Parts: sequence; C-alpha cells; structure tokens
Amino acid sequence: MRLLGSDVRCVRGGREVFAGLSFQAAAGEAVAVTGRNGSGKTSLLRLIAGLLLPAGGSIAIEGGETELTVAEQAHYLGHRDALKPALSVDENLSFWSDFLGGGAARPTADCLAAVGLAHAAELPAAYLSAGQRRRLSLARLLAMPRPLWLLDEPTNALDVAGQAMFAELMRAHLAGGGLIIAATHGPLGIDARELRIGGVG
Amino acid sequence: MTALGALIRRDIRIALRVGGGALIGVLFFLTVVVLMPFAVGPDLVLLTRLGPAILWLGALLASLLTLDRLFTADHEDGSLDLIVMSRTPLELACAAKALAHWIAAGLPLVVATPVLGLLLNLDAVATGAVALTLLAGTPALTFIGMIGAALAVTMHRGGLLLAVLVLPLSIPVLIFGVAASQAAIVGPLPFGAPFSILCALSLMSFVVGPFAAAASLRHGLD
Repeated sequence: MRLLGSDVRCVRGGREVFAGLSFQAAAGEAVAVTGRNGSGKTSLLRLIAGLLLPAGGSIAIEGGETELTVAEQAHYLGHRDALKPALSVDENLSFWSDFLGGGAARPTADCLAAVGLAHAAELPAAYLSAGQRRRLSLARLLAMPRPLWLLDEPTNALDVAGQAMFAELMRAHLAGGGLIIAATHGPLGIDARELRIGGVG
Repeated sequence: MTALGALIRRDIRIALRVGGGALIGVLFFLTVVVLMPFAVGPDLVLLTRLGPAILWLGALLASLLTLDRLFTADHEDGSLDLIVMSRTPLELACAAKALAHWIAAGLPLVVATPVLGLLLNLDAVATGAVALTLLAGTPALTFIGMIGAALAVTMHRGGLLLAVLVLPLSIPVLIFGVAASQAAIVGPLPFGAPFSILCALSLMSFVVGPFAAAASLRHGLD
C-alpha cells in the first residue's frame, strides 16, 4: 500500500502555508516531515488525517481496504493527548480501543506493558506526568492496528528510555508493512526519509 | 455498536466522577426552584399555578448549563479529532454523546421533580404530569442544544453564544411542555394534544440534532 500526495496546497486563516507539495510513502517506509516553526508540519498531518481540507491537490491511499478513507486507516497522535483526567489509565485506553477498534483490539494490559505503564493502570490519568501521558497515547497506537501512523512530535516529553522504546515500536510497525509520517525537530531514532517543507530555515 | 456503547459509557462515567457536570445541573435546578417561593411569596394558589412553568424553566436553564461542555471538553483535549477520524459515522457519535449527556444530566432533573413539586404546592397528579412532560421534553432540549454546542466548539467562551442560539429554538418545547402540564392540572384542554406535540418535537430533534451537529463540527474543524 502507498500514501500519495500530489500538489497539495494548504491555506490557514486566509494565508497560504505551503503549495505544490507532493510526497509519497510506501509500505514499510517512514517519512520525517521537517521544517521551521510555522512551516505547516502539523497542518500537513491534519490534512492527511482529513481534519483539514486541502485548498488544492489530493491525498490518497493506494491498496489497503478500498472502501475506507485515509483517515479511517490512520492513527493520529497530535500535540494533545486525548486523555480524560477523570478516568483511569486503563479506562482511557479501553475506551479508545473499543471506540476505534470495535472488538478486534489487542488487550489493553498488553499495550500498557509495552509502553511501560503496566504499574499505573488503575491510576487516574490526572496524576500522570507529561511523559507518562505521552506513553499512554502511544499505547493507543498499539491497541488497534492501523496501517498509517500520523505522528506530531511523537518524542516530545519522552525520556531517553522512552524514545528508545518508541523507536522499537515504530520499527516493529514498519516491519509489519505499516507507514509512518512524523513531524519532528529531533531525530526519530529510526531510518526515515526526510520531507522538508518551506525551504531552508 | 461497541464503539457507540463505549462512547456512551465513557461520557456517563466522566459526568458522574468528581468535576463532572451531572450534579451541577441538578443542584442548579434545585436552587432555582427553591428560590422561587421566596421570590413569589407564600401564596399557595399562585405557586400551584406557576409551578409547572417554574419547573420547566428551571429544567431548561439547568440543561443549558452543562451543555456547553458537550463538545468543547473533547475539542480541548484532542479527543474530538479522533472521534471525527474514526470509522463510526460522526452523526451517530453525536447522537451517542447527546444520549449520554441526557442520561447523566437530564434524567436526574426528572427524578428530582417530585421532590421539588412539594415546594411548589403541586399535588401528586400535577407532579406526575410535570415529571412525565419533562421526561418527554428534556431529550429535545439536549438534542437541540447539541447543535449550539457544536457551533460553539471552535469559539472561546462559547457558553453565552450557546444560550443565545439554543434558547429561541427551545421555545416550542417550553410552550408545549408547560401547556401539557397545565392541561393535566387545571384543564380545560385535554392533556393528550400538547403532550403528543411535545413527543413529536423530541422525535424531530433526534433526527435533526445529530445531523446538524455533525455538519457544524465538520465545518468548524481547524
């Protein structure tokens, strides 16, 4: 399967962010989207996720389940963690796994163990540190298999061990034929093709 | 169906936990209705006459009070993005959220009504009638209010906007809710006619609300 973007143009608040952007990613490939602040890295991810409408051009996925949209085959990990402070770690993850997966999901205890949060399963999410919140969001990617991972600064707030753990998870995802598009400033920890937006900055 | 069930369970759970909105609505309802006899005075006949209207106004304001968090909470923490992206149609997800909101915030108002009826000198029949009309009418308030809540998502401090948008739309519900209650208490109109219209308004809002809310959420994405 392949993700294809051709001549994508993005306009936010009446201002053109980028135009004429073409990219592609094949199965098992990671793309690191780089660029200075405000160059449109997050906008590009949200365009792919269908959360913004492109002002021009098209984004499509080839292969995969043809009746599903790009968004429906993707996991989106944004700046915001989509966690409810009133719910426990396990309740937060179970909800997303039920809501996104509809039954065929991996047990939540497994996913929590994979991101190193097994000991905190019963803790309300309000008490998690920033790094732990991030880890919990990463567990969501594992709970339900989706071929395309859209990651916005995924290693933010992760400690060194966390980054290594996440690099391992990304490698496993790519080895399973997945795709990763990640907006990042720092190194991702895996081999990734660079897609630079907005010239040299 | 698992997805919608999970969404309903999560929203109810959050509403019932500390800091959730479920209790706030009932407390507000209680406060408004308890204050009324003090404002109107100890005229029992007058209280009986005003009773249904006071209960309905209280319920309307109480359901508005918590509605503005229906989508903004999910928007602020990024959950709304994932809900929009998911394979569950957004219309159904909206309906599920509204249903959860009604169970957590609307149903307690109906349950509290008999207690408050005592304060307004309503007899058993009248209290039953008001509770029944609230049971039939409050879902309409939630599902109509959901449209305003969806429109207010992208704006900061959308709460006031919500009230301005939603209150005019809920006037028919208020009119027929109070009319049905009055009909049951003093007549001379039959109870059935206004009550049927109230039920019809609710059923209509079940259809219109989710589609309008989903459309405005999609349009307001940024």
